[in-house]
Amino acid sequence: MLKRALAAALIGGTFAAAPVPASAQEGIYVPLFTYRTGPFSGSGTHIANGMRDYLTMLNERDGGIGGVKLIIDECETGYDTKKGVECYEAVKGKKPVMVNPWSTGIALPLIPKAAVDKIPILSMAYGLSASADGTRFPWIFNPPNTYWDGASMIIKHIGQQEGGLDKLKGKKIGYIYLDAGFGKEPIPLLEQLAKDYGFELKMYPVASTEMQNQASQWLGVRRDRPDYMIMYGWGALNPTAVKEAVKINYPMNKFISVWWPSEDDARGAGPGAKGFKTLNWHATGTEFPALKDIEKHVLGKAGSQTQKETFGEVLYNRGVYNSLLIAEGIANAQKITGKKQVTGEDVRRGLENLNLSAARLKELGFEGFADPIQLSCSDHNGHKAAFIQEFDGKTYVKVTEPITPLTEKVKPLLDAAAKEYAEKNSGWPARTEPCDKSS
Amino acid sequence: MLYRDAGQFKTGYAADMAVFPLREDRLGLALILLIAFVVVPLTGSAFFLNVVMIPFLIYGLAAIGLNILVGYTGLLSLGTGGFMGVGAYACYKLTTAFPDVNIIVWIFASGIFSCLVGLVFGLPSLRIKGFYLAVATLAAQFFLSWAFQRVPWLYNYNVSGAIEVPTRTLFGAAVTGPNASPAVRYLVVLSTVALLTLLVSNVVHGRIGRMWMAVRDMDIAAQLIGIRLLPTKLLAFAVSSYLCGVAGALLVFMWYGSAEPDVFNINLSFTILFMVILGGLGSLLGSFLGAGLIYLLPIALRTISPAVGLDIAPSSIEHATFMIVGALIIIFLIAEPHGLARLWQTLKQKLRVWPFPY
Repeated sequence: MLKRALAAALIGGTFAAAPVPASAQEGIYVPLFTYRTGPFSGSGTHIANGMRDYLTMLNERDGGIGGVKLIIDECETGYDTKKGVECYEAVKGKKPVMVNPWSTGIALPLIPKAAVDKIPILSMAYGLSASADGTRFPWIFNPPNTYWDGASMIIKHIGQQEGGLDKLKGKKIGYIYLDAGFGKEPIPLLEQLAKDYGFELKMYPVASTEMQNQASQWLGVRRDRPDYMIMYGWGALNPTAVKEAVKINYPMNKFISVWWPSEDDARGAGPGAKGFKTLNWHATGTEFPALKDIEKHVLGKAGSQTQKETFGEVLYNRGVYNSLLIAEGIANAQKITGKKQVTGEDVRRGLENLNLSAARLKELGFEGFADPIQLSCSDHNGHKAAFIQEFDGKTYVKVTEPITPLTEKVKPLLDAAAKEYAEKNSGWPARTEPCDKSS
Repeated sequence: MLYRDAGQFKTGYAADMAVFPLREDRLGLALILLIAFVVVPLTGSAFFLNVVMIPFLIYGLAAIGLNILVGYTGLLSLGTGGFMGVGAYACYKLTTAFPDVNIIVWIFASGIFSCLVGLVFGLPSLRIKGFYLAVATLAAQFFLSWAFQRVPWLYNYNVSGAIEVPTRTLFGAAVTGPNASPAVRYLVVLSTVALLTLLVSNVVHGRIGRMWMAVRDMDIAAQLIGIRLLPTKLLAFAVSSYLCGVAGALLVFMWYGSAEPDVFNINLSFTILFMVILGGLGSLLGSFLGAGLIYLLPIALRTISPAVGLDIAPSSIEHATFMIVGALIIIFLIAEPHGLARLWQTLKQKLRVWPFPY
């Protein structure tokens, strides 16, 4: 027993003395918070692959950005807030140029830290909707649209189907969502819209522990018979919801989700899932020069975990889009400062001056991949349009023109929420970062 | 040879009844406290303080809280996560309602609220025992989780449904919020945990602790020698929930900086329970050892593989960590079913007679 205890003590001692990872070598350090494990890995793996492959491709093809290699470092969060905060602390010392939390739950505790640690946060179309306000949240970026924009676009689409937003009066719209920060985000806006347009809002929360068991929620849907269903789900919630909807014969063309479901989520439900709609703002498929380069330089090589058949799927391309923003932020920072080795502060300025025009997208090999987007000091989001895509049994097909958000409804709520956030967190710092006028 | 009691004479009852009768033990404790209070904050990196020490101490405190109930009084509870949540939410409500009062006061006061909630859910413990009591406390856990999700008043009607920690100061230095330096937060957590551990140590070694242990070992016999069961059990619930509540408040205010209701789910209850079982039932030292094993082992595994030059994908490390920690738990339980604390005692016993064992 003594020997064993001593051995245990020795092992313990080694752990305690384990060196804190050495600071990054020459290169731009880009940590990626990913989740390839746990109940959300079904969604997270595709995103992680897309993000990683595009940045790896830049390293392989161009030797990084502006001649400086990117140091790509994945940190596994498992969509768990605790592990996400741990990841943040672990990468903080290595001077990351930005952090992509990939979870609204992880983004929330990081928001107040960003300004103190001088590390910008890019929460692409997730996180705190109110953080789109650049004057109050100079360090947070959430392009190209917020969850509130998404909800307003879905309502607008429903209005289009019915022949005008005024026809929504008396309709019943169901909202099924992940009962966490993410799913709760659009509720204030939906409530406001329900009041303005006179439709009835029915809510079906799904706890994250009960994602794979939604029988009771869909029983409620069967009883209430909502005219339309809106879904804000992630991970295992999406495939289960689609399956349950098919099971109760809910009309699929009236079931509209925010931009997170993947092909797998709909495929699992069989042929009945045909017609399931989701929002999206970028193309699927691989017919873009940049994606061809990924295929050439990265796929099948060491380091890439992408399976051939998922390449070009909606969530993979979402990850690529995220990395496109990362790379463009870094490239902009290099252009503004004239330095090659940029810091988090430089990249914040780079993101603020982000201008992905049609010409720039073409130059990067993304012609027609997504709409042009430009950010500014006050607008860290862009509030861009998104289109509806429909599941045809195999893949998603774009079925509508881009729908712009109901800005006149979203904007006042957004400003109020940003103001309230700053007021509730007494001592919220006023913006001191100067605004670059170059753009 | 170095660690033995020969030559140390006890000249009074107080010396004989001391928690640490051996001079070596007292010196060791002083050394640990010295390292914890002086060396660690001076030399520890931000990562070490934020990710290793602060959570370890907070989990240690929560494990002590649960140990009072499970280890000392023999009442199985699965509501720890909920009670910690009550502390966190109470602290949040208090500090947002009365921002001028010092945050340390509210951290200690928030325990009182979870203590009251614990009393209510402890009431059935007189009638039901064992697994049935576990189910009753499970109800507490689910009810409290539900309340954190569904009562918007608790999170001040925040759109995100999460509670966010505002900046609060102590003697001019920020203790909570993003500006608080890791060393300051560490010292606050360490002082709180050390103070409460000292208090609990005195309680469990005194009359009240004996009452709890008598109830644990055989409650009918305890009743026969004049221990009133209901007040004793309720007191255990109260003390236990108080400690868990303070740990919960520290968890959110000193570590996370903001919390979703999901933080205080059933998994947290199980994690703390495993810490208590692995560390050793009915041992304060065991609570810390268990917290160390369960919380720090995965972190150590994660940091060690890149440090020794192994290039493994983080997701594979994550999978491996699950398996290794699971296997280690089983190995430890087979090697020493009474937990790490007993292992330490055996080690001390061996040391006393070393190098001439008999």
